[in-house]
Order: sequence, then structure tokens, then C-alpha cells
Amino acid sequence: MQILLNGERIVTRARDLDELCASLGFAGARIATAVNGNFVAAGRRAKTKLTPADAIEIVAPRQGG
Amino acid sequence: MLTLYDARFASRLLLGTAQYPSPDTLKRAVEAARAEIVTVSVRRESARARTGQGFWQLIEQLGCRVLPNTAGCRTAKEAVSTARMARELFGTPWIKLEVIANDDTLQPDLFSLVEAANILCAEGFEVLPYTTEDLSAAERLVAAGCTVLMPWAAPIGSARGLINKTGLKTLRAYFPGVTLIVDAGIGAPSHAAEVMELGYDAVLLNTAVAKAGDPVTMAQAFARAIEAGRFAFEAGLIEPSDMATPSTPVAGTPFKIDSVS
Repeated sequence: MQILLNGERIVTRARDLDELCASLGFAGARIATAVNGNFVAAGRRAKTKLTPADAIEIVAPRQGG
Repeated sequence: MLTLYDARFASRLLLGTAQYPSPDTLKRAVEAARAEIVTVSVRRESARARTGQGFWQLIEQLGCRVLPNTAGCRTAKEAVSTARMARELFGTPWIKLEVIANDDTLQPDLFSLVEAANILCAEGFEVLPYTTEDLSAAERLVAAGCTVLMPWAAPIGSARGLINKTGLKTLRAYFPGVTLIVDAGIGAPSHAAEVMELGYDAVLLNTAVAKAGDPVTMAQAFARAIEAGRFAFEAGLIEPSDMATPSTPVAGTPFKIDSVS
């Protein structure tokens, strides 16, 4: 299916958010996630099914003021 | 000691981590400033570059407490979602809450700020809102549960210093029990000292150190200015006057003839 990952269209076979993170190599990484503008806690990623056109955000720590 | 919610700190300088010429310069600047709190952000992570993972290792080496921000958020909803992601990412209830009204001034959107603060305080966040010196917004932020307020001195990165000193003084007088931190617009150590002389509890800055010719030395300069300003406030500044007052005793001045009527 086609989804929006961090603002870019991608095609994925992942069925849920946890699978998507793992397929991108983020297993064990320090990341946080949101789907369609709503935060999804790490413990809920496997229960969060993906549907076409979902907008996924995967974020990490960065410099800030 | 600086009190932020239940935590106490010896340093009254909170330092941003962005815009330094190198990670090593950032590390040495934090050490030179003797900062105990550094600000960080949440940004999209590329699966290829994995920039955030490397940055997190650097932050862990600093040994500082982190204050994540919601920089760049334009709505209360964006800010709330970003805060929730930051809480999980950094493992802290602290959030430097920013909701920006427009790109030219990066002025806080006070209406959305209050809306987001109400939601986050109710969820147990310890909110440090980036605000203006506006008293009515401050009252609503305190009513929401904020025990720390962070008014700007001037627009972010402008280096203008205290453009509304009277407003900042009024805010200090109006909220004697609230921890007040000036955040944004500081350009020189003298600006930071001036803030502290007003009785503010701390200063948060980034650009003035990171973009200085020598960020490490500038970090040290700010640390000393903030310490000096705090000492001055605690010592009690004298009141200014329009006319001169001699400091040397007048009585006994030689060659002086008392006027005789």
C-alpha cells in the first residue's frame, strides 16, 4: 500500500506500525511515532494497523533551542 | 538554587544545542557554561542517515537534564502530539511548549499556547511555556498548572536584548512565586545580566553562544554575567536618580567658605 512517511510517499508491505518501523531498520532505535497527527506510543505500534494514505511520522532526538 | 517544578539546579543558564559549528564545540560550550539543562527538539528521522541516534549519544555524554521543545508547531494539536512524542523519546515530563504564530517574528500564539498548556498539564506534563510578557496570557498559563513561565526578551535569534524591560519587570512583580526564565532574543552577556538584575530566575539562550566567534568563551561569558546579575539582584540595587549625589563626604572639604548671612 502507499502511505506518507515523514512527508514522502512510499510503498510498504507492512501491516502495522511496528512492522513498518522494523522494515526501516528502526527496531531498538530511539524513535517516537505518530499516525495522522496523533501520537502512537511504542507499546501500541503493533496494534496500530496501517491503511492506505496514512500519514506516518517517525521522529528522533535532534538539536534544539 | 533554581527550582523547576520539583527539581533544583545550581546553574541558572539553560543552553540550547542547535547551530554550533561542531558537536565537539557544543560539548565544550556546555561544559564552559556549567549548564545543567540543555534544550533539544524532535525531528523526522531518516532511515538512511539516522542522525538522531548519533545526536542522542552526544546528549548522553553531556550528562545534563534535557528540556525538549515543540519548536515549529503552529497549532495546539501539533504541539500536544509533539510533546507526547518528546515525553516518550526523552523520558521526561518536561516540555518547553512553543506554538508559533508567524514565521517573521516567531512570536508565540498565546491562544493556542494556553489551549495546549491546559491539555498537557492535565496529562501530567511539567510545562515550561515560551510566551510573551502579556499578563493575561501568563495568568491563564499559571491557572492551567504552569509553575514556570518563559517570556521572550525579543524575537528568537534577533539578539535585540530586552525590548520591553518594563513589561518584564511588571511580570516579575505580578508573579513573585512563579519561576520566570527569559527565553529568546538575548544577544550579549550584558542582556543576560540585566534580566537577572530584574529578579528573573534564569536565562535560556542558544544563538548568542552557538553563533559567536568563539562559542566556548562566549558560554563562559554568559555564565559569569548571569551569576553577576543574580548576585546584584540578591544584594539589592540602588535606585537611580536624575541628579548627582556626591559619594565623597562634603563636610570638611578644604578651601570651602561657608556662606554667612
